Amino acid sequence: MSTRLLLIFGFVLSLVTLMVACQKIMPSAPAEDELLDGPVEGLTYEQSQRFLLGDVAFNDEIFTPEKGLGPVFVATSCGSCHAGDGKGHPFTTLTRFGQVDETGNKFLHQGGPQLQNRAIPGYKPEQIPAGATFSKFTPPANTGLGFFELVSDADILAMADPNDEDNDGISGVPNYSHLAAYVVPPANAIPKDGKYIHRFGKKGAAYNLLHQTVNAYNQDIGITSSYDPIDVYTHLAIDPEISTQTVNDVVFYLQTLKAPIQRNQNDPAVQRGSLIFNQINCAGCHKPTLKTGPSPVVALSNTEFHPYTDLLLHDMGPGLDDGYTEGSAKTFEWRTPPLWGLGLSINSQGGQYHLLHDGRAKSIEEAIQMHGGEATASRDKFAKLSANDKNDLIKFLKSL
Amino acid sequence: MKKLVTILTLILITGFSVRAQIDPKLLKSPVRDTTKQILNMDAVYERPFITVGKLPVSVGGYMEANWQYQGTDGVSDGHQFQFRRMTLFVASTISKRIKFLSEIEFEPAEKEIAIEFAALDLELHPMLNLRGGMIMNPIGAFNQNHDGPKWEFTDRPIAMTQMLPATWSNAGFGIYGKYYNTDWMFGYELYASSGFDNSIIANGENKTFLPAAKENAERFEEMASGEPLLTGKVAVRHNKIGEIGLSYMGGAYNKWRNDGIVVDDKRRLDVFAIDFNTTLPRLNTFITAEWAWIKVDVPTTYSQQFGNKQQGGFADIVQPVLKRNMLGWQNATLSLACRLEYVDWNIGKFRETGGNIGDELWSIMPGVSFRPRPQTVLRFSYRAQWQKDLLGNPPARTSALQFGLSTYF
Repeated sequence: MSTRLLLIFGFVLSLVTLMVACQKIMPSAPAEDELLDGPVEGLTYEQSQRFLLGDVAFNDEIFTPEKGLGPVFVATSCGSCHAGDGKGHPFTTLTRFGQVDETGNKFLHQGGPQLQNRAIPGYKPEQIPAGATFSKFTPPANTGLGFFELVSDADILAMADPNDEDNDGISGVPNYSHLAAYVVPPANAIPKDGKYIHRFGKKGAAYNLLHQTVNAYNQDIGITSSYDPIDVYTHLAIDPEISTQTVNDVVFYLQTLKAPIQRNQNDPAVQRGSLIFNQINCAGCHKPTLKTGPSPVVALSNTEFHPYTDLLLHDMGPGLDDGYTEGSAKTFEWRTPPLWGLGLSINSQGGQYHLLHDGRAKSIEEAIQMHGGEATASRDKFAKLSANDKNDLIKFLKSL
Repeated sequence: MKKLVTILTLILITGFSVRAQIDPKLLKSPVRDTTKQILNMDAVYERPFITVGKLPVSVGGYMEANWQYQGTDGVSDGHQFQFRRMTLFVASTISKRIKFLSEIEFEPAEKEIAIEFAALDLELHPMLNLRGGMIMNPIGAFNQNHDGPKWEFTDRPIAMTQMLPATWSNAGFGIYGKYYNTDWMFGYELYASSGFDNSIIANGENKTFLPAAKENAERFEEMASGEPLLTGKVAVRHNKIGEIGLSYMGGAYNKWRNDGIVVDDKRRLDVFAIDFNTTLPRLNTFITAEWAWIKVDVPTTYSQQFGNKQQGGFADIVQPVLKRNMLGWQNATLSLACRLEYVDWNIGKFRETGGNIGDELWSIMPGVSFRPRPQTVLRFSYRAQWQKDLLGNPPARTSALQFGLSTYF
C-alpha cells in the first residue's frame, strides 16, 4: 500500500472515529439535583411537546416594541426574571404600590398595582405616585409550581389556624380574593363569601398559574392577551399581543416543571440540621410535606411533595411590613415562601443570595434573623443555637 | 427577490454557455496565494478571479460547508451537516482606472441571497480613489477580509460577527488611497453610508446587538436616523513587521424624527477597532488579531439588558508545520492553529446592586488545517466555550467539533 493511500486511510479513519466518539468529549450535563429546570418525569410525548413549546416561549421569546413590549415594562422576557427557573435578581425586582388593606388598591388609576420602571425609547417609565406605599418583590423560583396548584383548598384550610388554637404562636390564614374573570376554579374549591383561596405570589394574591402568567405578561412585560387585553400604558383594551395558545403553553410549562431534588441527604450535618429545623419549629410554617390531588399528568397526580411551605399568610412583624398589600392579606402578612431549591438560588441570583420578599437578606442566616411576628419564637431559638447547630441548620437549608 | 434570482440564473447560464463555446485554455486562473494580503483593505480585489480571453469581466467565488457536533451542558442536537454559504464575485475593468466589483452571497440556512458588495471604483490618483455603491464599511479587518478559504476555522470570529456585524455593507460613497515606500505601506478609507437603526437595542437577542440592523433591508433605501454613518480606517504595514489598522464607525442610529416630527432623542453609536496581523520570521507563524469597542447611547430609562458598552475580539495563531508535496499536491501545507476569543456584551454595573453585569463569553479553539493549494482549505477544530448570562451566573459550557472545507473557485 502506498504512503498516500495510508495517509488517506489514516485521515478518514481518524475523522470517522472522532465523529463517532464526539459525544464523549462534549461537556457533561450537571447532576439532575443541581438543576432547577427540566420537566417532571413521565410526561407523554404530547405533554413533552407542550412542555417544550412553553419552554421556548418562556425562556427564548424576547419581546421588542414591534412584538408589543411595553411601552412601559419591567423585563423583556419571562426568562429575564427567572434565570434557569430559579429565584430572581434585584435587576428585575418588581415594585408594587397603592394598596394598604383588603379594601383594594386605591392607585389603579395611577398605574397601580405594579410599577413599570422601564420604558421603550421615546417613552417615560412610571413613577410611584405621591402618597402610595410600596413593596419590592424579588422574582420567585418557578420550580414545582404545578404541585402547589394541585393542593386542595381543604388541605390548605386544614393547616390554617387563624385563632392560634394550638397556642404555638403561629396562626396562618389563606388569602381570599375575588377570581379574575377568566379563571375557572376546580370543582373542589372552597369559596367563602364569593371569594376564593389564592396561593401564588409573595402575598398569595394569584389564584393559579394561568392567573399568575397572564398578570406577569401584562404587568411585567406590557403584553396584552385575550385573557387580559388592558394595556398597562393607556389603560385601554387593545388587541392581544400574544396568542392564547402561547399563554396556555407557558402555563403548562410552569405546571410541569420538576420539583427541586434535595442534595446531600445522607450527610450527618444535613440530617442534624433537619432535626433542628423541626425542633425550633421552622416547620410550623415551612411545612415539609404537602400532597396533590388528581391530575392528568401522572407525576403530579395524588402524590406527596416536600416544598417547605403551607401556602398561608403569616404575620412577619413590623420589620417586614412595607405598608403595602394585596388581596385580603394585611401589610405585615406574607405567604410562606417554599424553601425547596433554596440552596441553588445562588446559581440563579448571580452568585449572591437575595432572600426574603425583596432580596434584602444576603445570606440564609440574615434571612432567619429578619423574621419577626409569628416567627419570633423560632428566630429567637435560632439565635440561641450553638455555632455548630446553626451551621448544620444552614447546611440542611442549602441541601433543599 | 424573484428578479434577483432570474438575473443570477441568467448570469450563470450565460457564464456556462460562454465557457461552453470557448476553448478552456483561454480561461485564465492565475494561482496566487490569497492568504497573503497587501493590506486588509485590498481584500475585495485580492481574490482568485477567472478571466475569459480578453473579456473585461472576471468571475470568482468561494463556498463553505462543514460537519459539526456541538453540545452545551450535556445537551446536543447531534450531528449537523451545514452548507454555510456560496459567494460569487463578478469584477469588471470598465477602463484602466475604473473598476466594478460585486459580491453575491447565498446562505441557504438563512434563506438569503444578498448582495454584499457592489461598488464602482474610480481612480483619480493612487492616493485618491472614489468608491460608490454598496460598500463594505471598513470597521476592523474581518468585515472586509472575511472569505472562508482565508481562515483556518469553520466558524467566523464571534466578536467580529455577532458584536460587530460581519459582511456589514451599506449604500454609500467614500474615498480611499494607498501609498508605498519600499517596505512601508499606508492606506486610508473614509466613507459616508447608510447605517443602523433601533433594532440594535430592541431585538430577539435580548442584548445590544449591532448585527440586528442587517435584517433591515430598507437601509439601502432610507436611513433610520437620516444622518450618514461615517466609517474611516487607516492602516500601516511594514513588510517585515506586519500590518496595524485603526478604524472608527459612528453616527446617529435611531429614528428620532418621523414625518418631520421629533419623536425621540437623537442617539448615536461609536465603534473603535484595532487590527493587527504579522508573520513571524523563520517560524512563519501567522498571527492575526482584532479587538473592538462599542459605545451605544441607550436611554437610561430603558433596560440595562441592553448594554451601552461592549468589547471583544479574537486572535488567530497559525503555525505551518509541513509544507511540501503531499498526496500528490505540490506545496501543500499542514498547519496547527488556535483561536482565542472574548466578548463582553455588556460592560458595566447594575444600578440596583452595583455588581458587575455578566453577559460575557470566552472561547479557545485549537485546530488543524490542510491546504492542498492556497485557495482551498480542509480544517478541523475543537471549540471550548464558556458563556455567562446577564446576572453573572455560573457559565454555560459549550464544546464543538467541526470539520469543514472551503475553497475559492
